[in-house]
Amino acid sequence: MSDSISRKEVIHVANLARLSLSEEEELTYTGQLAAILDHARDIMALDTAGLMPTAHPLELTNVFRPDVEMPSLDREEVLSQAPASEDGRFLVPRILGEAP
Amino acid sequence: MTGSSVGLGACQIAELVKSKQISAVEVTQEHLALNEFYDSALHSFLEITEAAAISTAKEIDAKIAKGEDAGLLAGVPIALKDNLVTRGIATTCASQILKGWKPPYSATVVKKVSGAGGVSLGKTNLDEFAMGSSTENSSFGPTRNPYDLKRVPGGSSGGSAAAVAAKFVPLALGSDTGGSIRQPAALCGIVGVKPTYGTVSRYGLIAFASSLDQVGPLARNVKDAALLLQVIAGHDPKDSTSLVDATPDFVSVIDHGVEGLRVGIIEELVDGVAPMVGEALKASAASLTSQGATVEYVSVPAVAYGLSAYYLIAPAEASSNLARYDGVRYGLRVEGQDMNETYVASRTKGFGAEVKRRIMLGTFALSSGYYDAYYGKAQKVRTMIIGSFKKAYEQFDVLLSPTAPTTAFELGAKAADPLSMYLSDVCTIPTNLAGHPAMSVPYGLGENQMPIGIQVLAPALGEANMFRVAAAIENDAPPISKTLFWE
Repeated sequence: MSDSISRKEVIHVANLARLSLSEEEELTYTGQLAAILDHARDIMALDTAGLMPTAHPLELTNVFRPDVEMPSLDREEVLSQAPASEDGRFLVPRILGEAP
Repeated sequence: MTGSSVGLGACQIAELVKSKQISAVEVTQEHLALNEFYDSALHSFLEITEAAAISTAKEIDAKIAKGEDAGLLAGVPIALKDNLVTRGIATTCASQILKGWKPPYSATVVKKVSGAGGVSLGKTNLDEFAMGSSTENSSFGPTRNPYDLKRVPGGSSGGSAAAVAAKFVPLALGSDTGGSIRQPAALCGIVGVKPTYGTVSRYGLIAFASSLDQVGPLARNVKDAALLLQVIAGHDPKDSTSLVDATPDFVSVIDHGVEGLRVGIIEELVDGVAPMVGEALKASAASLTSQGATVEYVSVPAVAYGLSAYYLIAPAEASSNLARYDGVRYGLRVEGQDMNETYVASRTKGFGAEVKRRIMLGTFALSSGYYDAYYGKAQKVRTMIIGSFKKAYEQFDVLLSPTAPTTAFELGAKAADPLSMYLSDVCTIPTNLAGHPAMSVPYGLGENQMPIGIQVLAPALGEANMFRVAAAIENDAPPISKTLFWE
């Protein structure tokens, strides 16, 4: 088995990504992610010294628009598609758990 | 049982409708009838919006009766990939996490198409969140290839490609992040275009990898694809990455021929492709030579690293983009004891295996301790790929390669091995990393009597030359001498 990603690391990233995995999934994903990361090793050996990273194909600068009021999405229509809403707002379960 | 408009191209239909030789309603009904009879076997559509289509068609006929301009796509049926939001019409991304969601707005491209007189017949199937190369990752079941129902249509715009190839519609919109328009176009024997990044608004295209995603046309011929691109291209204040340059006329350049154009075959993308695909590439090159272009081999060394860079960059962007599916504002919520449990439960139930795989891969590539080694490195390789293309385009106007290394494979053949599936995109990915345009043109049949696609690549905003070369290849291409599953 490859050492490019461990089962422990897979559990860690799943937690960061707010995903829950079964034990079987932990093993499957560890193997699959390792195979993909192993393939990516071909670029690890490349000499990229002096190259700037490209985050985007366009050379973007800030885009401004005049500060004019424009209509936004219809609140009722948006909330009608929410899992739960109350008094014109999204309704969610409690945000804070018990004090640790 | 097919109506007289079925099988006609978009340009032809628009002309017939405008000259009142056929009504938009008839065209719509004839195409809807075909869908109704045969799409249960193909599964190219997730939803057919019959009533809305008929009422749109009636409006177009009324406009024409009054002598008003009905638009470039007057009465032309079109299918929309189901990652383009449509106001009041379910938009799912083929994911359980968005099942039943009715967006409160429509994508700019959707508005542009209807503004030009196009008649949307519905939403097409895709790999969940456009992540895949076979449409097998749809949580609503796979789409099949209309030339052989045992085989995949490619992906992720597999529903759009299959619907166009099967003559259910003359046009469809797809999205292309690493080849998701071109590869299914190749596997289904049609034309598919990934425009220059920024040519088409992404407003209302559900984001997968924002620096790579681009909406584009699928059609049965080059001219129809150019027509649809002309309709959807242009600056949109709602997408700050959309280019402000004026939109050129893509349709009129098509018959300009290829006399004097310099065409380079990308050496690195020729090795390892299926034998008949390689032969088709050579034949298409010979045809371009006979039509007056000069064709030579050219090395574009960094494209060999495209796949590795892409499968770090695209998942990294996806992991960030897909963080918004948290069960709060739209889509699936699986309620937990608190907010965090709700996030985990909703996302775990709502996302399929491939989406989870990519989210985790991207989260890993961006995580503390690995960022520089993976994501940072991949971004530098992206710079290298752009440089490699730039050098090639100093000598050549357009480049040529196969679109996909093989013809359509059987359902299930690559499902268990994600990496082998990823390799389907090896020829198409470098274009997205560079932000350049590229398109696939059908070129007869290859292995297993399935269609082959030739990819024509151009530098940023080089669509005119790309379409000229594509049209020249099309002029001389062997036909797809095979019947569709329903013929």
